[in-house]
Amino acid sequence: MGTVRREVIIERSADDVWARVGDPATTNTWFPGMVDVKVEGKIRTITTAAGLTLPEEIVTLDPILRRFQYRVTAPILRNHLGTIDVFDLGADRSLVSYSTDCEPDAMALIIGGAAGGALAELRHQLEASGEEH
Amino acid sequence: MGRKILFVTTDQQRYDTLGCNGGTIARTPVIDALAAEGIRYERAVPQSVVCMPSRSTIITGQYPSTHGVWMNGVPLPVDAPSVADELQRNGYRTALIGKAHFEPFMDPFGRFTENLLARSGAPTAMHRDAADGTMHPHRGFDHLEFATHGAAGMLHYAQWLMTNHPEAIGMYYSAIDASFNVNAAGGGATGAAQVHDNAIPREWYHTDWVADRTIAWLDSVADGDDWFCWMSFPDPHHPWDPPSSELGRVDWRDVPLPSGYPEDRATREQILDRKPRHWRLWYDGTLVSNYEAPKEWIPATLTADQVREVNARNAIECELIDEALGRVLAAIARRGWGDGVDVVFTTDHGELQGDFGLMFKGPYHVDGLMRLPLVWRPAPSARVAPAVVTKPVGLVDLAPTFATIAGLAPREWMQGKPLPGDDGDADARGFERVLTEWDSELFGVAVHLRTITRTGWVCTAYRPGYVHDGTEGELYNNADDPLQRENLWDDPAYSAIRRDLVADLWDHQPQLHVPKLAVEAPV
Repeated sequence: MGTVRREVIIERSADDVWARVGDPATTNTWFPGMVDVKVEGKIRTITTAAGLTLPEEIVTLDPILRRFQYRVTAPILRNHLGTIDVFDLGADRSLVSYSTDCEPDAMALIIGGAAGGALAELRHQLEASGEEH
Repeated sequence: MGRKILFVTTDQQRYDTLGCNGGTIARTPVIDALAAEGIRYERAVPQSVVCMPSRSTIITGQYPSTHGVWMNGVPLPVDAPSVADELQRNGYRTALIGKAHFEPFMDPFGRFTENLLARSGAPTAMHRDAADGTMHPHRGFDHLEFATHGAAGMLHYAQWLMTNHPEAIGMYYSAIDASFNVNAAGGGATGAAQVHDNAIPREWYHTDWVADRTIAWLDSVADGDDWFCWMSFPDPHHPWDPPSSELGRVDWRDVPLPSGYPEDRATREQILDRKPRHWRLWYDGTLVSNYEAPKEWIPATLTADQVREVNARNAIECELIDEALGRVLAAIARRGWGDGVDVVFTTDHGELQGDFGLMFKGPYHVDGLMRLPLVWRPAPSARVAPAVVTKPVGLVDLAPTFATIAGLAPREWMQGKPLPGDDGDADARGFERVLTEWDSELFGVAVHLRTITRTGWVCTAYRPGYVHDGTEGELYNNADDPLQRENLWDDPAYSAIRRDLVADLWDHQPQLHVPKLAVEAPV
């Protein structure tokens, strides 16, 4: 199992961050390279900028814990679990952790790399919108 | 009108694969002739022994620590300095055709410009200069056409093959296996890993495609234009799957075992045991510390015949490159440019190719990976005398060399110096040392090496890592031990030279890129 963890501190409240992270249907608005998302019940299907369509299962969507977990179920992955946690650091500050556990190992680096780009974009968007307010 | 520059790189080519460097298997008359007319470097050293950091050094003129691409899979920032950008802003037309690899290949999310350009068909992408707001092409290149080792992926060559010869897609070896690791599957007559019989016609093979596309781009350039063309062949990097029609060039049964390959197993293992632990651990299949070698391949299983067959196929790929370069030079001559074109030929790093019973590459700073072919044939109009340079130079010196050829002063961000014209010039301008770095962190396995090459010596200090405590090292006397079999690091008789080299090494470490860039993919 390959495991990769990326994290970012965002100068916004945990509730604000969770409002974005906790909506699996709009992840594509802050995840570069994810161009389309469709959610039907527990099944999410994403389309990447490279034209790849990946089916996913939503495993956990817990607004109290502020945790979103999903599993890519495409056959190219033997096993996958993506976990996004939002931690309240107080004073309108949050820590977002995005973990990727994956077999084959190498895919963890690819998905984890994209997740890192997504966290950077999430921070950019949230902090920019924070300045506007 | 300035001097035009044809910059030719291969991928993972050893010094001793060229006739002009003493190679006896591949016939390389085109490169040999350039060497005879120009300057041949006998100790050209990469600043990293894997592709992305090394290629980033070539384009930026900076060490990996400084440009930030510290291992494969770390993309070079789009706004990193680029010698191509310097030339383009000063009126040069610029192209890169072949393997770039400043950004990861494995890109299912379509995040990286190289992959997106290939999908879009646009010749380049434009980026805004943060300093002055002006728009400039991607890494300074007006024109980009990409290829890599085969037909996989989304790059231009793969798309060309898919469009024009889809039946050839499956003829190539799959360099990556179903687990997205470097493939360990064997083929050919000996079952050697990454050897494969490729039925593709030669004219569809990527070496000839790179030359064809280079000629096509040169045809688009006006007679009076200055130009910088980086023609970047993906070979002789594994997989070793040249067109089968060419296999008759070199019969692997006739290939002598390389001097670096100790055929006797006990001898081989004794040599490895005198090196830091990760050497033997990899050989035994206990620890694969880096992504660039097949995870499922155990070096101890390598046979002498497999070494022969890999060397034979590697030589065939080198011959195809030499002939492709000859076609491009002929096209340049037909344009009447021959007198005003500088040609620089090199590679990004070497290949173990049987040395010590090992193949491929990794954190092993020895000549197989660190002694590179480098030939600079200055434009005949410059009337530079032919020479052989024995002093150490680095790929970090290429960017300032290109600037100087173009009549530009090297920029302050370039950490190397324009290549010397001969040993006297090298002495006068202080070509004393070259540094090489290795950093890798792969699922908890970290390896960190720092190496200094000075005339006669190669010395590597280890920083703490997964199997190293930071006291290990390697010290080789290249004059007495050119095969680097005797590690003198712990020999008290050499403690003075070791101290001197290590002090020199730490005194000259380049500045660090801050923040540390993230790994975005395996490669």
